[in-house]
Amino acid sequence: MLEKLIFEHSAPGRSADAQFPQAPVESPVPTELRRAAPPLLPEVSELQAVRHFTRLSQLNFSIDTHFYPLGSCTMKYNPKACNQYAMLPELLGRHPLAPESTGQGLLQCMYELQEMLMEVTGMRGVSLTPMAGAQGEFAGVAMIRAYHKSRNDLARNEIIVPDAAHGTNPATATMCGCTVREIPSLPNGDIDLGALQSVVGPQTAGIMLTNPSTLGVFERRIREVAQIVHGAGGLLYYDGANLNAILGKVRPGDMSFDVIHMNLHKTFSTPHGGGGPGSGAVGVSETLLPFMPVPLVGRQGNTYRWLDEKDLPLTIGRLSSFMGNIGVLLRAYVYMRMLGRAGMQRVSEFATLNANYLMIKLREAGFELAYPERRAGHEFIVTLRHEAREYGTNAMDFAKRLLDYGFHAPTTYFPLLVPECLLIEPTETEAKEDLDAFVAAMIAIRQEAQSEPEKLKGAPWTLPVRRLDDVRAAKHLDLKWKAA
Amino acid sequence: MSNVPADLRYLKSHEWARLEADGTITIGISDHAQQALGDLVFVEAPEAGRRVRAGEACAVVESVKAASDIYSPVSGEVVAGNADLGGQPELVNSDPYGAGWIMRIRPEDKTQFAAMLDARAYQAALAAETH
Amino acid sequence: MPFIPHTETDIRAMLAAIGASDTEALFDEIPAEFRTRGLDGVPAALSEMEVGRLMSDLAARDTRRLNFIGAGAYEHHIPSAVWAIVSRGEFYSAYTPYQAEASQGTLQLLYEYQTMMASLTGMDISNASLYDGASGLAEACLMAVRANRKSKSQRILLPVALNPTYRSVLQAIAGNQRLAFDLVPYDPQGGQTVVAALEKYNGQDITAVVIQQPNFFGTLEDVDAVTDWAHANGALAIGAVNPTSLAVLKPPGQWGVRGADIACGDGQPLGVPLSSGGPYFGFMATKSEHVRQMPGRIIGRTLDLDGKPGFTLTLQAREQHIRRSKATSNICTNQGLLVTAATIYMSIVGPKGLAQVAATSMQRTQQLVDALARVPGVRLAFDRPRFHEAVLLLDRPVGPVLEALASRGIVGGYDISAHYPSLGHGLLVCATETRTRADIETYACALGDVMKSAAAA
Repeated sequence: MLEKLIFEHSAPGRSADAQFPQAPVESPVPTELRRAAPPLLPEVSELQAVRHFTRLSQLNFSIDTHFYPLGSCTMKYNPKACNQYAMLPELLGRHPLAPESTGQGLLQCMYELQEMLMEVTGMRGVSLTPMAGAQGEFAGVAMIRAYHKSRNDLARNEIIVPDAAHGTNPATATMCGCTVREIPSLPNGDIDLGALQSVVGPQTAGIMLTNPSTLGVFERRIREVAQIVHGAGGLLYYDGANLNAILGKVRPGDMSFDVIHMNLHKTFSTPHGGGGPGSGAVGVSETLLPFMPVPLVGRQGNTYRWLDEKDLPLTIGRLSSFMGNIGVLLRAYVYMRMLGRAGMQRVSEFATLNANYLMIKLREAGFELAYPERRAGHEFIVTLRHEAREYGTNAMDFAKRLLDYGFHAPTTYFPLLVPECLLIEPTETEAKEDLDAFVAAMIAIRQEAQSEPEKLKGAPWTLPVRRLDDVRAAKHLDLKWKAA
Repeated sequence: MSNVPADLRYLKSHEWARLEADGTITIGISDHAQQALGDLVFVEAPEAGRRVRAGEACAVVESVKAASDIYSPVSGEVVAGNADLGGQPELVNSDPYGAGWIMRIRPEDKTQFAAMLDARAYQAALAAETH
Repeated sequence: MPFIPHTETDIRAMLAAIGASDTEALFDEIPAEFRTRGLDGVPAALSEMEVGRLMSDLAARDTRRLNFIGAGAYEHHIPSAVWAIVSRGEFYSAYTPYQAEASQGTLQLLYEYQTMMASLTGMDISNASLYDGASGLAEACLMAVRANRKSKSQRILLPVALNPTYRSVLQAIAGNQRLAFDLVPYDPQGGQTVVAALEKYNGQDITAVVIQQPNFFGTLEDVDAVTDWAHANGALAIGAVNPTSLAVLKPPGQWGVRGADIACGDGQPLGVPLSSGGPYFGFMATKSEHVRQMPGRIIGRTLDLDGKPGFTLTLQAREQHIRRSKATSNICTNQGLLVTAATIYMSIVGPKGLAQVAATSMQRTQQLVDALARVPGVRLAFDRPRFHEAVLLLDRPVGPVLEALASRGIVGGYDISAHYPSLGHGLLVCATETRTRADIETYACALGDVMKSAAAA
């Protein structure tokens, strides 16, 4: 049963009187600037609002309620402690522009977070300001451009991107005023070094990579890639979306990357919140230290302060109104303190164990792996092209039927290179029984594909809505409620 | 399998072109392209009077899964964009070579049209692409 | 092992299934030269009890003080119900609604949000959020360049009275795409942007004009005149607005004859705590004709296989995961949880409540200004109507005054003298509905003491 819209519960004049000042205030606004008609906001009681939004929440799948093996998203448990301690009143109620002397506790947290992130990534500097992975990417590419400009190397504005890259990579390059040059991946998932050699040159600003790659496998010849790109005068950018696979085992700084961004909402377990907020902290090598986005936290003796344009005159600038998503950063800090050094290393160990186990079990059950001769990192790819050909049921159909079995589907149709693919990332916080249950569901669904394919093609059957018409949504745009 | 009319010319990027009696060139996307895109939800055709160069992106077709640029095969002036596509983008799917035409251009240089792929060459290109 | 459920039995069974001797073997594809030995720089693990104690101790060093700063982030009362619901695991730990059928809660909420924001801003269509107000303005400028086909210059006019950090972020984000920014001065008497100063651009190719309402000083701008000038000159009008103020002020969609083209701003005042600087969220709304140029996610209502209504992400072909290098923006994750808070906040306070919050805040700021301007050495900078902020001019540097006030438990305002040196010792102050008359008295007394001691020294 679908919920009515909040507007459909409204009654003129109804309001939650306990929640706003009641004394009538004459409008102090000059007439010519006064709003004529009130805005269309709900007129409901507090209980009606609470009931409506609570019931809406119950229509969602979430990590708290379902196994959520979305590849490339790292849907691990979000510890409640992180939420609780990030929302302590002194931290929650503080204005960002209050004097630094009134925020030493917060600044200490941020400073220590910078230090811990430097340690786990092997980078020489960290800025916490980018507000999401895509903004971190922007900062990274902008720093690369700034570096070349500072050396008067003005022709370098081409960014190399593997064809399997996440869409934000080429989109970011364009936003930074660069052109994009795609290079192919080999059938075994590694980059085509020959192709790379042929495209580098005096126009190369850098290359954007992730390791393990979006294909779920480790780029084994990263040393050669670094040599080719550095040799041609370009820099190496690391997309940290897959950091969960190597946390504590390998550090991007040790793989010769010049700049990395981290997705704190993936690797460091801050909440996904239905689409954010994230945090895309960036780490840099010695080369790019002067260009980091401001502000950063600096320390003098026992006092902490914000470092800004005066301290980093070559900074690429500010990316946010204040200092980034502090609430998210605090959650990441609490998480890292709870894991500690041993815990951090265990993340990648068990993420990889879970991924390899799940991969083997699915292969044993007869599913086709995209890269069968490779180890999984923290995620792997299954291709359903055989099932699509034999039974007419594609990856989308499998995904929708998985919802009926009580699992959120893995990522579908990414990376674009593999046909009818599922990108599966269990994460380290899932128990073996839940992985086994997922395998059992996949087997059952494939059986249905063979004998009763309509069960997949018409899925989901058991959710608040059946499969939704995307084409209609885009053709007949209905983007807001209108009163009758 | 897709329909490739023998009397049209093509680009590797899946545009088709027809030389009209009055010397203008009508352009659209091929049956293969409309199948690959899926149901179209929006088409942005260029305005009459706009000057375009060969190889310039001058229209966009958008489906749920992709948005693609349409490249003009010839340099010249846009005579018209297909106004019907505003309300009925699905014409490109149902009749890509007829009612689903996208734009009409008066070319500066007739040789550019002749340099396009003929139906057989386009068929070959399609076969190579989908191996 | 925190958050890792594996027992020894589990591990053995899983390794056996994989055919690996130990977990180390799973990393055998990684060249040995890259393997890290240990993370010595990371401290040892803490239990939840220990980390709770650590955080309480750290937080205790930052004792709460009475807040009178605005400058882009505003302290308002947030009904308890808001975060009680936002913190529910079904909202908190859900992902972006890519599997729409499994995310109808989030999607319907976002549709309701889009409805509220479109109305609040007076526009046709709202997106489902951007990162914050500053980066949102950068996106709005980039969008204006795409949408204003007739203009080729990529030149954008900005008020000097626009939030200085927004100007800085604009340069950092949009400067890379060859946008050029020209500054329009403000009137030193009234604090508003000088409309006549636009005339020197008459007939030039200007892509867009940005108006911040209220401006950084809290002063109300001549939004109609600026919007009409922009349109008369072939430029788009972008309104960067405070969402609370829209309950009582004419919204961007009704500015001038044709209405502004893009509305944007920071949604933090709507149910999002100050939280030392973030996360907040940016909102953006526009006219129907520009919807395909608008960045960020958009939710649409459609029908399912049974013909029943449901909600889904739409117009995704513009976004990075499909369009890649030709995307309208690179944005992926946005600020979903904060939008959830804002939607619940707006539902609870409603139109009447939001108007009361706005009007009361204006009144409190007036009371604050009256009280502080009575202190010797303090005077009001600008005489035009304001929303809920004002600039005071001190007869001495602002920094030490603020430090002295902080030691008396008061965060007195924001020192703007570095950003606006021609004003002198400028202090931007703000009082919302959360500041009582007693609070204002406390501040006035403390300021009186501080200014007197400083004068005597």
